[in-house]
This record gives sequence, structure tokens and C-alpha cells, in this order.
Amino acid sequence: MEVVKETKMGFEETELRLGLPGNSGGGEGEMARKRGFSETVDLKLNLSSKESGADPNNLEKINSLQREKNLLATDPAKPPAKAQVVGWPPVRSFRKNMLAVQKSSTDQEGEKLPGGNATFVKGKMFSSFTIGNCGSHGLKDFLNESKLVDLLNGTDYVPTYEDKDGDWMLVGDVPWDMFAESCKRLRIMKGKEATGLAPRAMEKCKNRSYK
Amino acid sequence: MITNKKPRSSDTDSIYMKDDRTEMSEDDDRSPSPNSITHDSRPTRTYTTGSGPGTGPGSSSVPEYLAPCPDQVLENVLENVLLFLTSRKDRNAASLVCRSWYRVEALTRSDLFIGNCYAVSPKRATSRFTRIRSVTLKGRPRFADFNLMPPNWGAHLAPWVSAMALTYPWLEKVHLKRMSVTDDDLALLAESFSGFKELVLVCCDGFGTSGLAIVASRCRQLKVLDLIESEVSDDDVDWISYFPDTGTCLESLIFDCVECPIDFDALERLVANSPSLKKLRLNRHVSMGQLHRLMAQAPRLTHLGTGSFSPSEDVGQGEQGPDYVSAFAACKSIVCLSGFREIIPDYLPAINPVCANLTSLNFSYANVSAEHLKPIISNCHKLQIFWVLDSICDEGLQAVAATCKELRELRVFPFEAREDIEGPVSEVGLQAVSEGCRKLQSILYFCQRMTNAAVVAMSKNCPDLVVFRLCIMGRHRPDHVTGEPMDEGFGAIVMNCKKLTRLAVSGLLTDRAFAYIGKYGKIVRTLSVAFAGDSDMGLKYVLEGCPRLQKLEIRDSPFGDAALLSGLHHYYNMRFLWMSACNLSNQGCQQIAQALPRLVVEVIKHEDNLDMDENVDTLYMYRSLEGPRDDVPRFVSIL
Repeated sequence: MEVVKETKMGFEETELRLGLPGNSGGGEGEMARKRGFSETVDLKLNLSSKESGADPNNLEKINSLQREKNLLATDPAKPPAKAQVVGWPPVRSFRKNMLAVQKSSTDQEGEKLPGGNATFVKGKMFSSFTIGNCGSHGLKDFLNESKLVDLLNGTDYVPTYEDKDGDWMLVGDVPWDMFAESCKRLRIMKGKEATGLAPRAMEKCKNRSYK
Repeated sequence: MITNKKPRSSDTDSIYMKDDRTEMSEDDDRSPSPNSITHDSRPTRTYTTGSGPGTGPGSSSVPEYLAPCPDQVLENVLENVLLFLTSRKDRNAASLVCRSWYRVEALTRSDLFIGNCYAVSPKRATSRFTRIRSVTLKGRPRFADFNLMPPNWGAHLAPWVSAMALTYPWLEKVHLKRMSVTDDDLALLAESFSGFKELVLVCCDGFGTSGLAIVASRCRQLKVLDLIESEVSDDDVDWISYFPDTGTCLESLIFDCVECPIDFDALERLVANSPSLKKLRLNRHVSMGQLHRLMAQAPRLTHLGTGSFSPSEDVGQGEQGPDYVSAFAACKSIVCLSGFREIIPDYLPAINPVCANLTSLNFSYANVSAEHLKPIISNCHKLQIFWVLDSICDEGLQAVAATCKELRELRVFPFEAREDIEGPVSEVGLQAVSEGCRKLQSILYFCQRMTNAAVVAMSKNCPDLVVFRLCIMGRHRPDHVTGEPMDEGFGAIVMNCKKLTRLAVSGLLTDRAFAYIGKYGKIVRTLSVAFAGDSDMGLKYVLEGCPRLQKLEIRDSPFGDAALLSGLHHYYNMRFLWMSACNLSNQGCQQIAQALPRLVVEVIKHEDNLDMDENVDTLYMYRSLEGPRDDVPRFVSIL
């Protein structure tokens, strides 16, 4: 509670400061800045609210967030990056997937999807790949908008497949029949890994007859 | 057979070996038990009058009556004595005494442990140890679990199972961690070892339900099939139904990580036909109603993974569900509970009857609040292992601290593994646990904010800590109260926890933290570092100060070639070093490779960056008797 008293401040001080509250950017502030937290904190802080009648919990929370914000100095050498880093925090994909599935199925009212809506799928788990439109042949066709987004990390993924020739292709680029004939295995790749795949699809369609 | 220049494992540094030799001498002087000389338990043992190159009290003269020569007697005695040695450390030490001991130790070893599958070849291992019953193999480095390594790096089981199929017909147990296992490998395994009893796959991949089906149907002596956090592809094969209808000797069946649905009727039959079954961990496709039926079939279970822990969709609203409380009450032997994969918290009180006996509880997939947890945890007085999600908040941890006085291991996982959120657990929970659970030995704690004070408190309150892994999820985040780096907290841990062998650090850390680790962490074997340190000095402190260090994994820290070079004296004593996104250059790594020929120095490029520029993305290096491996993918170059 003593901490709250120390940092009690007017709500008008909402701008990011370098240094601890109450200091004039002295020694300790320097220390905190040295390896400052390069990402900006998402502004759910809502400090400009005129919550003069705010309840104590809220007040403390706002204060502690303000304190935290002050401790996060922007390091001029590192641009603020909102992107999450690969493999951080160090939670295994399996666990992340399981929890993502839980989150998404609780988000959906009443509708329980088998395997969730597969917003984050690793590599070979295509048994839970339920997204798709039905084509005229009555079979599920893959989405035109072929991006999957990892809810947790915000990274985007594209479904790709390896065809008979060993080439990796974007799913949805060739007709369903050709795909079904030639697909050897599927892989969900990160968006950036999948660059350069699309052009090959046209070649394939021209050069092959898959029937 | 013996290569004199082989890198010694850290377990057998010269000081340790000398002590053991003294002990062994004393054993020699003791008169052997009556059975040991004449009784020949090994059919292949023959008495020969000419002995090999032994350094025992050997004599070359052959008495008239063809009694076994002294060398042989010694070896027989030794064999009977060494049979009792189970610790690998002791065995490794014994094998270094002399050639005779080396030979006998090799003959009497039945458990083969290989911490890095590339450190030794299958051929070499199977030539040296010919009577192995149980093999443990570890493959990929741990950071591969976090997508820091492209797929298909290696760690293939295939060459191992081929070699073992030829040399270990009596193989009974295979334990694998982070290996690539194919269905063909499983098939070969199932066919080659008629007495095969135990298969444990942890964090493995590359196989599917068809491989499992083969194991189920062909391994008639199978007692244990444990699939833990492994990736199993769905080949549309109902593998459960491949177990023999006539009955199994299964004692443990763990498949909670298998994401494919299973045929419940087949499972129910299997459980009914497996009278020895003690451990059963179901996957999330098993509903509560189905769980209830299974529990009725197996009331003697000791370890239960509950599957989804929610009712299946076809249970109507007003229907009277099964009596779950009675089901749990009937299973009086349950000491370990896990699962709860899609838990409906209202059903949680069903487990109350078993709480008093629980020693292990895994709620790490159960999104429950403190309110849900409290009534349950308040009965778990005997709990020793508790895995949980941070959804229980500091308040839930306080409840744990209030009741679980016997707690040895705590793991708090994040429900949302992100950096930019508030986070429900903090130093408050850690402090509470440190005050309530004094016997704590192992902790893994994910949080968004922490203070040095709480970490210091834990270092003082929990002197038995062996494993301390704190993950402050925001990179470079300081003590959120004082704004200081987390140096002092981790410093206190290494200083006060005299039994600490495994440490993972996080938060804002300067070189000072590493100075502490180097100064006080004298028995630390495993160290994980991420986004920490200021300069080469940090790494130097650790490499120069921690003589027992075996596994060092570092990412995104400013350590460069000079730091790397400072560890030359130690790398042969380590299992591996991993450094990714640090400041290493090809030149620096090349220097290491040249200085240490028995070290395999792998430079791993990210797949979208295959040009050989000066910067090293990822360095993974390990001692090996074999030199560069022959299954290197294109994104790896071995220097």
C-alpha cells in the first residue's frame, strides 16, 4: 500500500516519462532506460478517464499500470515493436494450441466445434482443419482467403501442400481435383515462409493433366 | 575398443574417478559370496585359460588342473558385483578403472542412456553394450520446442532401431524424448523385440495412428504405452481396437496428447480386458459420461487423466447425469489426476472424494478461477505436484500455499502467452507459495510482473529448491516496484539455494546477474537464458564459474565470439551449448570447431536466410565421438 502512496499522482500526467515517478529522471531512471522495454504498452490504460469517483481497485490498478508505464522507457536504438517474437514466451505449441482451442470454443456461444475453429494449428494436425467452402463437387474446398491467424501471437499462417513433384504450393491455387490428386502432405507455414510459392501454381496447371 | 582420447563425460572427471577407485579396491578385498565364482548366470560366459589384456593380478602361467586363471576369477567376481550397480554415474566411473572393468561393466549394463543421440553412433553403442534391456534416447535440443529450429533437423530413430533390432533381441523398454519416429520405425520395433514391454514417447513426432496400431497389435507383452506431448498424425486408423481382444498386460496407457478421436467402445473393451491397468490418461475426445463408464471398469486406477471433463453434446439439459462423485469415490487408489481439457467448472467438485489422497494434480489445461479452485485445493493436504494455469490468480496460489504443505513441484502456466497484458499472477503469488510451501523443490512460474523481493524471499524460504525457472513474459522487464533489474533476485537464488541444479532466468538482467551465477552456482547443470545480459562478460562469468554446467541454452542475448572462446576449457564436459540470435560470427564458431575436434559445431540458418553471411543465426554444438552426422539437412552447416 505504501507503494500506492508514493506514486499517487494527478491523472493529468499521462504522457510517457523517462524515469521513475517522483524522480527528475535521475540515476535509477537511467538504469531502467538502459534496456527499456521496447514495445509500447497497449493503451487500455484509459488514464484520461474522469474517474474521480473510481473505486479503490480501479485506482490501484490504474496507478500500478501508470507506474509500469513509467518504468518502460523507450530505447531509441530499438524501434517499438508490437510484433511478438518467435518462441516467446516459451510455451510449447501443443499447450498453446490446446488453450487456443479452449479460448475460441468458449468465445463462441453455444456452438461447440470439433477441434475448435483451428485458429492455430501446427504442421500436421489437419484433422481439425474445418475451415472451408463447399465447391460445386460437394466437397470442402479451401478458403479463398487462405490466411489463418494465430490468436495468441498475431502471426499469420497459410496452408500449403507438397505435391507429387515435391514442390510446396499454396493451398487453393490449383483446382480441387488437381489438388486432391497431387497432394502428398499439408503444412501450415508462417506467412513469410510461404513467399514465392504462388507463381508455380500457374505452371502446374498448364503443364500437367492430372486425370 | 577404448579410445583413449575420447571426451570424458562430466560425471567422470578425474577427481571423482579417484575416489571411486578407492572404493572399488575395498570391494576387491572382500571375499566374494559363495555363489559368485562357480555360479554362472550368463550362458555365454566361458572359462578360458588364456586371458585377454588384463591389468588385474594376472599371471600367464596355467595351473595343471585348468582352474580359471585369476583374471577370469576377478572378472566373474566383478561381474556379479557390478550387476548391482544401477547408477550411470557409478557405472561410468567403474568403466574407467581399467580394461577389465570396462569390459565387465559393459557386459553388466542393462540400461543404456544416451542424452544426445548424435554424441555416439548406434553401432558404437551396440558394440560396447551387448546386453541392454532398456534404452533412453534424447534428440532435439529443448529450444526446438519453441519453433526456434526449422523442422526436419534430425534426431531420427531409424538408425537406432535398425541397429538395436540386430543386437538387442531382448530389448524391453524404449524411452525417447524429442526424437523423430516414423511408423516404419514403430513397425520394426514391434517386430524385432518379442518381449517388448514399455514404450514412452515424450515430445516426439513423425508417426501416426497406424504406427500405434502396429505396436498395439504386435507387442503382446506390452505393459506401458505412454505418449506425452507428442504429435500424432491422424491416419484414420482406430489404433485402440488393435489391442488384442483376449486381454492385455497393460499397466499404463497414456494418450492425452493424441488429437484424433478414438472409438470409445474399443477403449471400453480394452480397459475391461486389462486387469493390471493402473495408469490411464485419456484424450479430450472422451466425454465425462464415457469417463464414468471407464472408471467403473477400472476402480484400481492410481493415475487418471480425465479427458475433456465435460459432458458430450447429446446429454440433454434436464437429464439426470451419471453420479460422478460416486465414481470418484469408488476409485480409492487414485493419487494422480490430470486432463480436464475442456472443463465445465461446475463438475469439478466431483473429484472431491479423491482429493485427500492426491499427490499429483494437473490443472494446466483447466481454465478455472480461484473460486473454483479453493474448495478443491483445501482438501489436498498431501499434494506434492501441482500444475495449474494462471487463471487461478494470486488468490488461488495463496489458497495452495495455505493447504499444500507437502508441495514439492509447482508449475504455473499462462493461459494467455503474450507480453502485453496485465497478467493474473505476480510476486504476490510467488511470495505466498514461498511462505506456505517450504519443502518446494521445483518451480516453473510464468508471470507478467515480479519483484526481487519475492524472489529473494523464495530463496530463503525454500532452501530445498533444485529447479528454479521464472519466466517474466515481458522481455527486459525490471522489478515492477523498484524499477531495478532482476539481478538481485536471481543472485539470491543461486546464493541461498545450495541444491540448485537447474535455473531459467528472465526479466531485465545485467551482467551482474551472471556474475552471481558464476560465483555461486557451483552445481548448476542446466541454465536457460533469454533476452538478458549486457556484454560478453555475462557469458564469461558463467562459463568460467560453473564447473558442473552441462546444458546451456541462450537466445537473443548480446554475447559474442570472445565470450564463446572463453568456454573452450569446458565444452567437452557439456552435453550441448545452444546460442541463437546472439552476436556470434562464423569466424568465431570456426575457431571453436578447429580448437575442439571432438565437438560438432552446427550453424543453423533460418530457412528464409540460407546465404552464408557472417552472422550466425543459431549455434548448436555438442561433443561427439562420431564427428559430423551424415543426415544433415540443407539449412545446417557443420563447421
